[in-house]
Amino acid sequence: MSNVLTGEPGIVVIGAGEAGLRAAVTLRERGYEGSITVVGEEPHAPYERPPLSKAVLHPDAASPPAISGAGDVEAKGVNLLLGVEAVGVDRKAQSVASSDGRSLPYARLLIATGAQARPLVVEGGHLATTLRRLDDAFGLRANLAHSRTLLVIGGGFIGLELAAAARTRGLSVTVAEAAPRILGRATPEPVAAVVADWHAQAGVEIRTGKTLSRISAHRVGFEAEFADGDGLVAGLIVAGVGAAPKTRLAEAAGLAIDNGIAADARLQTSDPFVYAAGDCASFPHPLFEARRLRLEAWRNAQDQGSFVAGSLLGGRDAYDAVPWFWSDQYDFTLQVAGLPSAGIRLVERRPQAGALLTFHLDASGRLVGAAGVGSLALVAKDIKIAERMIARRLAPDPEILADPRTSLKAVLSGKPNQPAAWTSAAAMISFDQIQH
Amino acid sequence: MAQWFEACGVDDVELEGVIRFDNGDRTFAVYRSPDGDFYCTDGLCSHEAVHLADGFVMDYEIECPKHSGAFDYRTGAAKRLPPCVNLRTYPVRVEQGRVLIEVA
Repeated sequence: MSNVLTGEPGIVVIGAGEAGLRAAVTLRERGYEGSITVVGEEPHAPYERPPLSKAVLHPDAASPPAISGAGDVEAKGVNLLLGVEAVGVDRKAQSVASSDGRSLPYARLLIATGAQARPLVVEGGHLATTLRRLDDAFGLRANLAHSRTLLVIGGGFIGLELAAAARTRGLSVTVAEAAPRILGRATPEPVAAVVADWHAQAGVEIRTGKTLSRISAHRVGFEAEFADGDGLVAGLIVAGVGAAPKTRLAEAAGLAIDNGIAADARLQTSDPFVYAAGDCASFPHPLFEARRLRLEAWRNAQDQGSFVAGSLLGGRDAYDAVPWFWSDQYDFTLQVAGLPSAGIRLVERRPQAGALLTFHLDASGRLVGAAGVGSLALVAKDIKIAERMIARRLAPDPEILADPRTSLKAVLSGKPNQPAAWTSAAAMISFDQIQH
Repeated sequence: MAQWFEACGVDDVELEGVIRFDNGDRTFAVYRSPDGDFYCTDGLCSHEAVHLADGFVMDYEIECPKHSGAFDYRTGAAKRLPPCVNLRTYPVRVEQGRVLIEVA
């Protein structure tokens, strides 16, 4: 293939997470033969991050798997510098300074620094643990073994996954959320209510409207005090109050910042030789009126990593993948496609007891988001169908969306809609219940 | 030694659909393509051992329900991340309305 980019000095990637590694692997798959150097702060071989708040917290868990397809990245001629931090970018000289004293020249630079856990900004906030990296997860796993009670500050995805993992290990768990409900920003209210119910049934206490005012050391661990005067003592306190994009390096280099490193639709930053991908980058999304998004999601990091390889080699395409993420808690799953918050009308679909899908339509009736909670078998297919409807900018009939007897796949393929064939015994039971 | 096993009846699988078939301690996914042809692969995704029978069939691809990895079920080839290891495929034949697969 003819690349705009050949020979030295090649490509430098800052960040050895999903986006950075995926970009390196894709560059090779696309036939790029120049040098690739990936700089990663953590000493560990690049690994999948999602299990850190789930399986890795179980007492007998192994380390998380290596990033898919990147286990042999060095055999593909990628120079992997681990335990090394990029400390500066000189855009004029086109080189990156590293913490081990090297200067890494680049023809193109990719910044894929990800995000970091937000600290608690209250008195004693440092007494709470945060979870973002593998060493955090190992430390937390050891601490969970010695604790009987856990207080999680923040009812977002990380906090709730961690609450589920700790509860499954037998700890007594409380989640304190400052907002009136859990999963505020990204998740529709009826979906969040189902998740709250899973936790209630598992015996996790969720307290909403609880603003933390300070943390102090206590005889048996720590004491949290809330603005309303309540106090709570726990053996361990973990903060799950969100993540912030790691933009320090980009800011210092004078790149434009807008809720993350500001990139265009090709993921090029304000410097034509510098690109950004993954959790650290914000970009205009063509499916949502070019609204600037920054996504903290594994698949986005993966997809943008693959995509940006094309842009680094001169590709002109716009990144337009439908946002998608999932969360696993207990034996349940939650999946979200698109941007539910971009909708003005919500349609519920209840395939069976315990499962709920929500569809979010904009003012023109176009589907812009969907969420599903329940067992994987009950929600995954419909979310995949919704994802394709969103990508095709379809405006499905709300009555069909709401009726669990109709086939959503038929809407997608444009076939006349017949009630779906009952394919499982469980579906037969719910049909009987409707009849009675 | 390779042996043929009856997995299901032809009508047990929707067009552009998939079902699970267990044989001994092994599990498989049996697909019916949009043109009505039958195929069989390993049942579990090569990424995190989730059963593909809960996944989504579109054209000739199966998408894993968990992390959206995708495979061409005719060849077992991994088509979309996260999985990068192909699935094994198994010979299928249809006799008198029954779907048979050859397990080696």
